[in-house]
Amino acid sequence: MIRYALLRLLQGVGVLLVVATATFALLRFLPGGPFDREKALPPEILRNVEARYHLDEPLPLQYVRYLGGLAVGDLGPSYKYVGRDVAAILADALPTSAALGGLALALAAVAGVAVGLVAGVRRGSALDRAVMVMALVGISVPGFVLGAVLVLVVGLYLGWLPAALWEGPWYALLPAVTLAALPAAYIAQLTRSSVLEVVDRDFVRTARAKGVPEWRVQTQHVLRNALLAVVTYFGPLMAMLLTGSFVVEVIFAVPGMGRFFVTAVTNRDYPLVLGATLVYGGLIVISNLTVDLIYAWLDPRIRLAGEGR
Amino acid sequence: MSPVGWAGAALLSGLLVVAALGDAVSGYRFDAQDTTARLEGPSRAHWMGTDALGRDMFARIAEGARVSLLVAVGSTAAALVIGVGYGALAGYSGGRLDGALMRALDVLYSLPDVLLIVLLTELFQAFLVNTPDLYRRLLALTLALALVSWVGVARLVRGLVLQAREEAWVEAARATGVGTLRLLLRHILPNLSGPILVTATFRVPAAILAESTISFIGLGIQPPFASWGVLAADGFPGLRSYPHLILWPSLAVLVTLLAFHLLGDALRESLDPRQRQRGAA
Repeated sequence: MIRYALLRLLQGVGVLLVVATATFALLRFLPGGPFDREKALPPEILRNVEARYHLDEPLPLQYVRYLGGLAVGDLGPSYKYVGRDVAAILADALPTSAALGGLALALAAVAGVAVGLVAGVRRGSALDRAVMVMALVGISVPGFVLGAVLVLVVGLYLGWLPAALWEGPWYALLPAVTLAALPAAYIAQLTRSSVLEVVDRDFVRTARAKGVPEWRVQTQHVLRNALLAVVTYFGPLMAMLLTGSFVVEVIFAVPGMGRFFVTAVTNRDYPLVLGATLVYGGLIVISNLTVDLIYAWLDPRIRLAGEGR
Repeated sequence: MSPVGWAGAALLSGLLVVAALGDAVSGYRFDAQDTTARLEGPSRAHWMGTDALGRDMFARIAEGARVSLLVAVGSTAAALVIGVGYGALAGYSGGRLDGALMRALDVLYSLPDVLLIVLLTELFQAFLVNTPDLYRRLLALTLALALVSWVGVARLVRGLVLQAREEAWVEAARATGVGTLRLLLRHILPNLSGPILVTATFRVPAAILAESTISFIGLGIQPPFASWGVLAADGFPGLRSYPHLILWPSLAVLVTLLAFHLLGDALRESLDPRQRQRGAA
């Protein structure tokens, strides 16, 4: 298991290298530069600024320089936020996005799995039908629609929760619900359909026949086997949520990574875009690995490559 | 197909008519300003009211339908072409080539979607300097979405082709001397058209969602052109005083996504009964 995890981490470093290279190349293809202003800078000043950030050197040299920095954990300076390192900016923004994303992930997983299980076990009941209609609506609601409704109704008309900003635990609730709604609905659909697949199997009947209490049959036997399909979806979902959704951060004025990324692209702040992309990529690599490990734990029949030889 | 599926299809047909007729339905141009009628609520003259510049909301929603559907359908079609080709090649060839092609997909899969769409949109815009403004953003966004979403199609098709390759009717066709290309194009792919159609029905709403989201944060379609995301972003600051401005685009996206999901579920029931969850996501 440990060997497998290490191997995958090593592969992940390779993936990140590809991501860094691709993003570096992509950014330099974009028209415009970081120091274009409405009023053009005098050529001498522009030359000095570019020399300051090594932008006057040939591209391959800049690329090598960037990778060299990466190797020692230096993400370079931000062009827009003068005097601040990209690493420092991201270190400020990431915890906010991660807290919001973590809360949303927990909400989506718990609500989605619980609702899906309840619906699947009572297939065809009124409860099942109600849940499925809600899930269908849930996967059809864009974040900006749900966010706007929550701001308007819960935040402004009712005044129960703060409608924006990030100044305490209560501020996290509305954005987290907005972020969690769509994945929760999707997880509910996924859980229900995989519960339906296992609920008629022999091992479930056997468990009931030998007198296992119904709640244990549902959680230990049905759910554990049904979860496999759901866990696969957690990989992309974790990365998506932990890095924060741009829309939700914009709507609720949350100071997370998403907002930095959007402005960094328009500003052509190359190091900040690269740094953010690498953080996203790293999170995706880690969450995919986590999912594979959870998979192996849920289903001991699955052998991880490189194990048991 | 179930009645619910037909309901979805009917909603979508209505939307198509509105999108196709565009300005003709309400009698206003989507960018015609009328400073004497600003921020009006719904009335007989303006069915959905007007925005801050006195533009008719219904005309703007119809224009938004045009843009959103063009981008979504266009990118899905392109993603299907690339994905089916790549997936069929990987699945049919098998062995080393398949392994290499799938490794490449894994790398693409670990790139963050939204970031990639944003960067690619900017990139394509740069290459399309000679196209008129709206079409440039539209085309750039379509291409960017296609380049991100073909990966899922390729994975699906590869798995299907891999399965089909082992079946008796494929072997029979090969035994009668059918060439590889013909075998793929005339025998295998037509047999897989059901699941491919189902996945397409689910990819269009996903693309609409992505397009409106990216336009909402200001990196997609730009005003004065209308897409549902642009309209929602326009209405958001005035949320409290003029909720109708954000209500209509929100409803438009919601109903459209719902209709596509209803149609997709129904198609899956009738075309692809074995694998219930395959086309989703």
